Amino acid sequence: MVMRSEAIPLPSRAGIVRIEGFPLIPVLILAGIAFVAIFAELLAPHDPEVGKLVARFHPPAWQAGGSMDHLLGTDHLGRDVLSRLIFGARVSMVVGFTAVIVAGVIGTTLGIVSGYLGGWVDQVIMRVTDTWLALPALTFAIFLAAIVGPSEMNIVIILGLVYWTRYARVIRGEVLSLKEREFVRLAIVAGCSKRTIMRRHILPNVLNSAIVLGTLMLGVVIVTEAALSFLGVGVPPPKPAWGLMLADGKKGMMVGYWWLTVLPGVCIMLMVLSANLLGDWLRVKLDPQLRQL
Amino acid sequence: MARYIAQRLGYSLLSLFLLSLTIFLFVRVTGDPTTLLVEPGASQADIDAIREQFGLDRPIWVQYWSFVASLLQGDFGQSFYYRTPVLELYISRLPNSLLLALAAMAFSLLIGIPSGILAAVRVNRFWDRAGKVFSLLGLSLPSFWVGLVLILFFSVYLEWLPSSGSGTVWHLLMPAFALGWYFAAAHMRLTRSSMLDVLGSEYIKLARLKGLPESLVIAKHAFKNALIPVLTLAGINLVIMVNVAVVVETVFAWPGIGRLLYEGITFRDFPVVQAIVLLGGAMIVVVNLLIDILYAVIDPRIRLEG
Repeated sequence: MVMRSEAIPLPSRAGIVRIEGFPLIPVLILAGIAFVAIFAELLAPHDPEVGKLVARFHPPAWQAGGSMDHLLGTDHLGRDVLSRLIFGARVSMVVGFTAVIVAGVIGTTLGIVSGYLGGWVDQVIMRVTDTWLALPALTFAIFLAAIVGPSEMNIVIILGLVYWTRYARVIRGEVLSLKEREFVRLAIVAGCSKRTIMRRHILPNVLNSAIVLGTLMLGVVIVTEAALSFLGVGVPPPKPAWGLMLADGKKGMMVGYWWLTVLPGVCIMLMVLSANLLGDWLRVKLDPQLRQL
Repeated sequence: MARYIAQRLGYSLLSLFLLSLTIFLFVRVTGDPTTLLVEPGASQADIDAIREQFGLDRPIWVQYWSFVASLLQGDFGQSFYYRTPVLELYISRLPNSLLLALAAMAFSLLIGIPSGILAAVRVNRFWDRAGKVFSLLGLSLPSFWVGLVLILFFSVYLEWLPSSGSGTVWHLLMPAFALGWYFAAAHMRLTRSSMLDVLGSEYIKLARLKGLPESLVIAKHAFKNALIPVLTLAGINLVIMVNVAVVVETVFAWPGIGRLLYEGITFRDFPVVQAIVLLGGAMIVVVNLLIDILYAVIDPRIRLEG
């Protein structure tokens, strides 16, 4: 293990030094959402899951009939919309990040194993990946949710199971070129086991790509979660999830209670847009190999 | 050529086999499949009949075989809610889904191709940047939310368009826009990069050297070749549209396959959900196969490689 410190080329630091075009606003938005999600209890003015039925469909404070007590109005059960949006940020953050990590762990592991071992293992994993890619993602997620039933935990697992394929494809491609490099050959000569090589020499070198992919997947995962919740197979009520709020908002939409439809959607859009902008920037700056994506 | 097609066909069959195996295993592994395959509140006799039909007490490979055998005969089970074979339901909804997908596709190409060309011709200038913003928005806005906001604006406030249902062109406009929005952005991106590739090639330089006016170079020489990858993607996307339309169809109560899937979820109609996943996956496998073959016919380099 003497050669280890030299053998692993450090991930390129160039992107961190040159921060031209750094997406400051998206990062601030994501940080803001994360802040709100963490301190939801302190920030929310009301209980997000309990409403007063006498206070149903109150409009936002600046509209006629609104009050400062409910800044962004109330929904069909008299629950405070602002508080639900705040706690909804937590649901989106937790589900989004854990699902991306679950998908990343599955996809990166399979990608490394497939690329490094090659042969029939590679064949099997890649065939399964192709089949998975053929499954329409949203329909597949709905199907899985219909089998296991809705819960936050299940949604994370389902999204992980649906979205690992992209990691597997990209990581495998990188491993194919990495395993021809000197430091890997030296590790083989030094008598490292296949497991050690994959864990200590290959994995650190593909982490960059995995992180870039993860950021790009975050938006996709959050939209899918919102769609599943909207359809009633995602986060179960009365939990405040943005997609669920949109589904509830339909109850007041036809009479013009716009805040129930517009506000949760704006939150989803801000988060997804920020994640996409950050992911795009990371892709170009940290990982030139992924520019083609 | 024949060898290439046979190989592609083999891969597709393998994919279909893995597809059915995946779906089958998920249903079996996650618990007692009888609870999914039998209606809630079914009598013991019904439960026994289902157990008999799928042989749920027999070894798992025997079960898988009878599952595939019934699929091959077009038997996707009975819908609990509609009391008709699921395949019939699926086929009866397919025209509506295709209509919506075609309208959304027309919309996405009408927006995506011209704006993509404009962005490529004016690369890094104003229109290119505007296009980038547009495509980022398109890829970040959830289609069902776009649909909801459209209803709010055009149906509730302006009262111009019907908020749900089908039958007239007016019913089609908003769902097609909501569904096509995302794809317009995707088609724009691809048109731009494909156009940029073509504009950098030798034969375009030659056309310019000949003294052809730039508009003619773009319209006559570059455009046609740049369009091939875009139309290929559009072909795949049409199938994907049919399968991702579930949320948009639910928002607009459009009676297509997506709506059927939504009903399948709400009425706990598992055979319907299962059939839609299976058929959706199969459709994508078949379209990929057709595109592979088509490419080989067009481009001899591909079939020689294979």
